[in-house]
Amino acid sequence: MELRRVPAGIWFVLPAVVLIGLFFVVPVAASLLLSLTDFDIYSIASLANLRLVGLMNYRRLLQDPRFATALWNTFYFVVVGGPLSIAVSLGAALLLSSRLVRWRGLLRTVLFLPVVTTLVAVAVVWRALYQPRYGMLNRLLAVIGVSPIDWLGDPRWAMPAIILLALWKNFGFNMIIFVAGLQSIPERLYEAARLDGASRWAELRFVTLPMLAPTFVFVTIITLIGYFQLFAEPYVMTQGGPADRTLSVVLLMYEEGFRWWNMGYAAAVAFVLFGIILTVTSVQLLVRRAEGLGGTSAGAGRSAAR
Amino acid sequence: MKRVLASFAVNAILIAGAALTALPLLWMVSASLMPTGEATSLPLRLLPSTVTFEHYRTLFTRLDLARDLANSLGIAVVVTVLALLVNSMAGYAFAKLRFPGRDRLFAALAAALVIPAQVAMLPLFLELKKLGLVNTYAGVVIPGMASVFGIFLVRQYALSIPDSLLDAARTDGAGELRIYRSLVLYLCAPILVTLAIFTFLGAWNDFLWPLIVLADDRLYTLPVALANLAGEHVQDTELMMAGAVVTILPVALLFVCLQRYYLAGITAGAVKE
Repeated sequence: MELRRVPAGIWFVLPAVVLIGLFFVVPVAASLLLSLTDFDIYSIASLANLRLVGLMNYRRLLQDPRFATALWNTFYFVVVGGPLSIAVSLGAALLLSSRLVRWRGLLRTVLFLPVVTTLVAVAVVWRALYQPRYGMLNRLLAVIGVSPIDWLGDPRWAMPAIILLALWKNFGFNMIIFVAGLQSIPERLYEAARLDGASRWAELRFVTLPMLAPTFVFVTIITLIGYFQLFAEPYVMTQGGPADRTLSVVLLMYEEGFRWWNMGYAAAVAFVLFGIILTVTSVQLLVRRAEGLGGTSAGAGRSAAR
Repeated sequence: MKRVLASFAVNAILIAGAALTALPLLWMVSASLMPTGEATSLPLRLLPSTVTFEHYRTLFTRLDLARDLANSLGIAVVVTVLALLVNSMAGYAFAKLRFPGRDRLFAALAAALVIPAQVAMLPLFLELKKLGLVNTYAGVVIPGMASVFGIFLVRQYALSIPDSLLDAARTDGAGELRIYRSLVLYLCAPILVTLAIFTFLGAWNDFLWPLIVLADDRLYTLPVALANLAGEHVQDTELMMAGAVVTILPVALLFVCLQRYYLAGITAGAVKE
């Protein structure tokens, strides 16, 4: 094709498409290949040392106790931390959307502020707050008679400590999305509910929550995707310890790939993570599609009738 | 009476929640101004006995944090400018210009959104190593330029530009580049501000990728330098808090000043779903 005949639109998307192709699509495809090789530190020196090993890395994963630990820890973080974070976001959004709130703008800014902060910096701050002897958290707990907890040193408490930090850091984001979702609920539904003599509680249960369902699915998906990628919190606060109790899948990938240069093995770790995220997201979307078949208002009616 | 009680309860819970949320950040600022040792003294101190800036002085003289600050600022600004250019052109074209395969290409990009960035990281590192970009600023900047999210954001906004306006400009003899430069950029200004804040914050706060690419500590960004310091100066709480303040303050100020645009971006992202 002659160059001047190329539609302008192609020139406009070309830089972005080339960049995404070169620095995302190609690496993703290469990652799949990489996971089928024994790429290690010798292969960095010379590709002659590279061999195709088929699914060996994946087989090794199944037998690697550290991978099982990382998977378990990541699921713990997602399953406990995710719903907790969504619940707090929803609660904050409901309160913030109340007509009775006095300083809405200021409160929203403060509640949202942790979201824009640098994770590494707040992890450093929280590490100090969690310090068993001098840290603020234990000093405050001492007031109500709780004996000191070694937050980051005790295998039982390390992951809850990271979940608490993540909760603080993240809930503001979903809160804003829930606030927008709440604003989009038509006022007439509330008026109708009130005409029917519905209590505040019934309004929440039969109008607000059902109408919020699509927002809820969206929030759940982005939260799960984000939470499965846990990395910087344990990297800065615990280095995965104590006794690997905060070792996450991405942290394991980082260690295997960039500390020990076992890149083939690390790529397999990354792909398993991708597979898990993809599965969980698809299930969410399927559930949503199944529920959304009757349209939003019918869905709301069905939930109300239950 | 019931309404007064409800109003009191709602406001009290929200204010308590906001206070709890702000507490770690307030304590960070306070502790960064305490004389050495005071943040780890018993009983717990909330405010410094005397305000001192010695830790900030240490950071900027002995520990060269000014260099890391300059690195972070430089990288974030360059990524933001380039990302605005690349993503606005693509977003506009996907919304308003016709070319074969457009919608299929866009759908393919959208599908790429579900792939976590970590999957690309290992080969990307090897690729950049081949290109001689490991341990350079470019190695951090280039992969951050084009983003599917950015293209989405601009496309969504550009859809609302009336075709008649663009056609009128074409009738007047304006070229496509000219239309983009003097009309589209102007019309899309609000969403471009949003995209700029998102990109800047993302680049500033990013940790994993700079950690992987930058080996030379003269090139470190603030988060990487801070994580490094946190390993060496575990005991020096006041110093670490000062480092955290230097890292967080620029983005916190940026957010507080431009939050209207930032929050609009989040909800635009949510609506697209």
